[in-house]
Amino acid sequence: MTAVTDEAEVPEDLLDADGARIESTSSLGVFATLRRGIEISPEITRGMWITLGLALLAAAGRVVVPLAVQQTIDVGILADAGPDLGRVALLASLATGALVLAALCAALVNVRLFRSAEAGLATLRTKAFRHVHNLSTLTQNTERRGALVSRVTNDVDTVSLFVQWGGIMLLVSALQILVATGLMLVYSPILTAVVWISFVPMFLVIRYGQKYVNRAYTLVRERVGAMLGAISESVVGAETVRAYGVAERTGRRIDGAIEDARSAQARSQVLVAGTFSSGVLISNLVLAVVVVVGTLLGVGGGLTAGQLVAFLFLVQLFTGPVQMATEILNELQNAVAGWRRVIAVIDTPVQVAEKPGAVTQQRGPAHVTLRDVRFSYPNGPEVLHGVTLDLPPRTKVAVVGQTGSGKTTIAKLVTRLMDPTAGAVELDGVNLRDLAFASLRERVVLVPQEGFLFDGTVLENAAYGLRAPLPVPVGAGSSPARDVGEGQASRTESSDAEPSGTEPSGGERLAVEPSGGEQAGAERAAVEQAFAELGLSDWVADLPDGLETAVGQRGEALSAGERQLVAIARAYLAQPDLLVLDEATSAVDPATEVRIARALDSLTAGRSTITIAHRLSTAEASDLVVVVDQGHVAEVGPHAELAAADGIYAQMHASWVAQTR
Amino acid sequence: MALTGSRVRRSIALMWRGMRSHPGIYVLAVGASGLFGALTVGVSRAVGWATDSVVVPAIAGDEAARDRVWLGGLVLAAVAVSLALAVAARRIWAGYGVVRIQADHRTALTRQYLRLPASWHRGHPAGQLLNHTTSDTEAATGVFNPLPFALGVVVMIGVSVALLLTIDPWLTLAALAVIPVTVAVNAVYQRHMSPAVTRAQRLRGDVADVAHESFEAALLVKALGTEDREESRFGGRTQELRAANVRVGIVRSLFDPVIQTLPSIGTLLVLGVGTWRISTGDVAPGDLVTAAYLLTMMTVPVQAFGWVLGELPRALVGYERIAQVADATGALAHGDARLPQTPGQAGMSVRLADVGVDLPAISGARGRSITLLDGVDVEIEPGATVAVVGTTGAGKTTLVSLLARLSDPTRGQVLLDGVDARTLADGEIPAQVALVTQSTFIFEDTVRGNVTLADPGAPGAPSDSEVWDALRLARLDETVRDLAGGLDAPLGERGANLSGGQRQRLAIARALVRAPRLLVLDDATSAVDPRVEQEILRGLADRADDGAGAEPDTDPRPGTTVLMVAYRMSSVALADRVIHVEGGRVADTGTHDELMARDPGYRALATAYEVETERREKERADEAAAGALDDELDELEEVAR
Repeated sequence: MTAVTDEAEVPEDLLDADGARIESTSSLGVFATLRRGIEISPEITRGMWITLGLALLAAAGRVVVPLAVQQTIDVGILADAGPDLGRVALLASLATGALVLAALCAALVNVRLFRSAEAGLATLRTKAFRHVHNLSTLTQNTERRGALVSRVTNDVDTVSLFVQWGGIMLLVSALQILVATGLMLVYSPILTAVVWISFVPMFLVIRYGQKYVNRAYTLVRERVGAMLGAISESVVGAETVRAYGVAERTGRRIDGAIEDARSAQARSQVLVAGTFSSGVLISNLVLAVVVVVGTLLGVGGGLTAGQLVAFLFLVQLFTGPVQMATEILNELQNAVAGWRRVIAVIDTPVQVAEKPGAVTQQRGPAHVTLRDVRFSYPNGPEVLHGVTLDLPPRTKVAVVGQTGSGKTTIAKLVTRLMDPTAGAVELDGVNLRDLAFASLRERVVLVPQEGFLFDGTVLENAAYGLRAPLPVPVGAGSSPARDVGEGQASRTESSDAEPSGTEPSGGERLAVEPSGGEQAGAERAAVEQAFAELGLSDWVADLPDGLETAVGQRGEALSAGERQLVAIARAYLAQPDLLVLDEATSAVDPATEVRIARALDSLTAGRSTITIAHRLSTAEASDLVVVVDQGHVAEVGPHAELAAADGIYAQMHASWVAQTR
Repeated sequence: MALTGSRVRRSIALMWRGMRSHPGIYVLAVGASGLFGALTVGVSRAVGWATDSVVVPAIAGDEAARDRVWLGGLVLAAVAVSLALAVAARRIWAGYGVVRIQADHRTALTRQYLRLPASWHRGHPAGQLLNHTTSDTEAATGVFNPLPFALGVVVMIGVSVALLLTIDPWLTLAALAVIPVTVAVNAVYQRHMSPAVTRAQRLRGDVADVAHESFEAALLVKALGTEDREESRFGGRTQELRAANVRVGIVRSLFDPVIQTLPSIGTLLVLGVGTWRISTGDVAPGDLVTAAYLLTMMTVPVQAFGWVLGELPRALVGYERIAQVADATGALAHGDARLPQTPGQAGMSVRLADVGVDLPAISGARGRSITLLDGVDVEIEPGATVAVVGTTGAGKTTLVSLLARLSDPTRGQVLLDGVDARTLADGEIPAQVALVTQSTFIFEDTVRGNVTLADPGAPGAPSDSEVWDALRLARLDETVRDLAGGLDAPLGERGANLSGGQRQRLAIARALVRAPRLLVLDDATSAVDPRVEQEILRGLADRADDGAGAEPDTDPRPGTTVLMVAYRMSSVALADRVIHVEGGRVADTGTHDELMARDPGYRALATAYEVETERREKERADEAAAGALDDELDELEEVAR
């Protein structure tokens, strides 16, 4: 038996050198992160100047109230001629008007911000999501699925508070600080200088503290991601946990992850509280300093008492936004921590990428050629040592070999899930690297061993293979693949009652929309026909609800063999020119397997198939057998020829016959 | 955990439960907040005092006041320091409270995930379940951020109201007039916010669900090239979430300014009423000034209540989403019976007594329950190796999973050593029955951890030599030896760095290391080379023999009872007996030869390959013959010309 690295993806730490991996967080600085974030979601800054103007009005309105109260008291109530009711009424109603106006502006600002922020976040989510699918399989496997989910959900949410409120308030605060400084300068330049100098230590504290706040928040994001990874295990591996009675240990591991996340959160709270309260401290200390210095100045005749009292009021107008700014800067660090995690995904290089100007091919029988193909996993040993193969069109090819011989690697190279490290894989004479993905995937489809099913019905899962909308008499002609609304696998809400009365599963089903009537009808007919042609109508009929049978999460309501049946039907419906089956019927009973194999034989006549199988019945039925041994092609030829020769295949076949009789 | 009663009642219960669960933290948080309230008054008093008795007289030329300047500065500085400390303490303890309650929710949720059966999990998307531990948990605890602030200043507000009362009841009434308005505004807000936020939280879960499912299906998406389709599926949900969040945002955008303006309106109202009271001579102008400043100062603390009110709808929705999981029932109940034998002893006897399994219609389309198994009556003697054979979908998996009590039969009994499985104590079955399922789940752990499923050094954890024995039996020892780190080699998430066959063998080792008395293999070697499979199965048989022959003088103890779902006839041939399952019923049972002789369904399965090979050879021969005939005809034609 050879090393473990063959049919497999390699341990993560081996991927550093050659393979791109999804970094835990991007290394961009704060401003670079903001710039990149806005570049990704330009909606965030849309209409910002109008919003800023309204925000300034709102802020001004809030300042008017204490001024109005003071004026009312001074000129209305404490008027020399006694309280002036009319004046009070006038001032109070003016102030009320200003208040209402300010509230209105504030509401408008909020609504505008919510709109632009949410639009930007939706774009960020979708771009990150799409990029995950664009990444090569090897890169995808460098990050946990649960943690990837948090990159497009939780990490994005972290950004929301800042972009909804923080960004604009930071600008408003800065302007308020400027205005307050200007007013202070009018009263006393010296005191103004005193105020600014007093704030110098605070700016230093903030600068210094922000680094720690940033690190603390980054740690929180990472720990929350790790926690989700751990929790995801308990959910996806629920059956194993139950079967081995290890709920307690799994629970302990999760508790550890929860506690790690909690302690990181608590630490970030302490730091945030620290920077914020240092802002409070300095703001109030400045009052003390101004009182002392102002009095001394006043005594020296540089300032009147009235001026000093007015100045004290202005200092409070100055410190308010400064405190607000420290709060926002903390929030900014939180947002940057989340943003970096999402940007890290979006900026992960795509290793198996489409070239600019890639070719689109005509459909037709597929001719696959491997020219001196070598492959090694990043930093791993070479697992294919110069494989050259010519697989003519309309040929049924069986690839056989021991576990770890390199069979699956060949399947992944032929379907361009990976690129060879040397040599070339060609389809009808065109290097796969030069082919457009849309064209390649249309022509070549892989059925992996573990048939993944979406939570939905058998019908919906099989119909997933119908990648383009079926031609229907009316309303056809919408663009393929993009179009999911038309009764394809669009997710609609279903009001299915839950049996146990627990939380509904979110109404998430890959449902066929009843509105897409004809489309749905055509799909159903196509799926029914596919199952019939594959000889699986009996199996469908025996299902609890026929084609409507719900398969449950990850298809777990079906057995592994049944999932493979649906996966075959799905691939069959995709109608590729080349179908690559990687142990696609390994969990199916022999009688059914034989039936499917025969059905595929007759149905795919004129097309090419490459089948990777342990069960040599497939090889018996093929036109061409390729025997792979330790990364080399050991034998190639028709079954009868190889079985008669005295080679590896003859041995394998003899022991296969012995096992099945 | 669910909350009952009116919305107000549920809101109060939610806040009270959270605080009660961490009384120490909340005493400190609310205390610090109270101190903050007092010090806020302190700052304004101190500034007032400094102005009146230091600044103004000093500048006016008062020598004594001039000497007091430094004292004034010191007093102000001292108040500033205390205020900052109070702010820090309030925020730190409030933050501690929030993260602790979050951790509590997460623990409660994940305990349930571990407790609830596979059938429950099938109906609850993983993405949703993950989302409960993040977004819903954050929503449920958001209210605890401003809560200590609001509660802490209650005293301050009470004192202010008392002060107002001493000044004038009418002024007090004017100041309090905003309360009913606040209540009314809040009622409108809650009514609009609850459905909006419910929808938003649900969509958050949906988005997480689509993401999780789509990422799990990454290979399939690539294989079929359906990236565009997945993007629009996710994008569609994301846009719905965006719309829902904007709706929440709009409600909140309208509520916040109103609730924040109300205290100021109250202040202006007091001024108006106060001026009238002054004109009637009931209130002195100085008193009104005091009242007005008092109210101005109260604006921010009163707003803290606004924040609490603003967060409440989200908190209730998040909490209720969590409670639905926390209150979910369906976990299998355990009895307190024990198996008569202990782990490591001879094989277990198994009996399925007239067992039937019905499935409630999960798709609900036709709302009828489905019979998966019916009238299954099987007895397996200790130490026997029994093969379960049947077509895909016949009910084999359902049958064997009953033995590990992954679920309970709807009818009949599963008897392990004669004891009804339902009455057995928790932990008894996993200790003695090992089930290897079709698809293997690998934990993100070391090889050792994945085999032992125990912490190293934990009591009862298998030793390394036992682990190696199990790996050897599963024919995985060489592979593990080649790994950097050997037993300590980390396996990536879901064992991504192992091949399918290697994962299955690891799962077999995981079962074997427990020295189970009943080993259930559910087509557990489908991805393993036939040769390796044979080795493993023979190894098992040898081990059973060793167990039997270890003490030849005493009773010959039969080895591990093995029940295996198998397709390969060579594997079936190793079994003492075969159970043929068809359409949820036992079609026949007996030795392989017996079934071959009398069970046509079984014969069809067992000889499928053979028949197919013959058929194909015949076809080829016919084709060849036809070809030859054609050639001959051609030749004849040629000759004829």
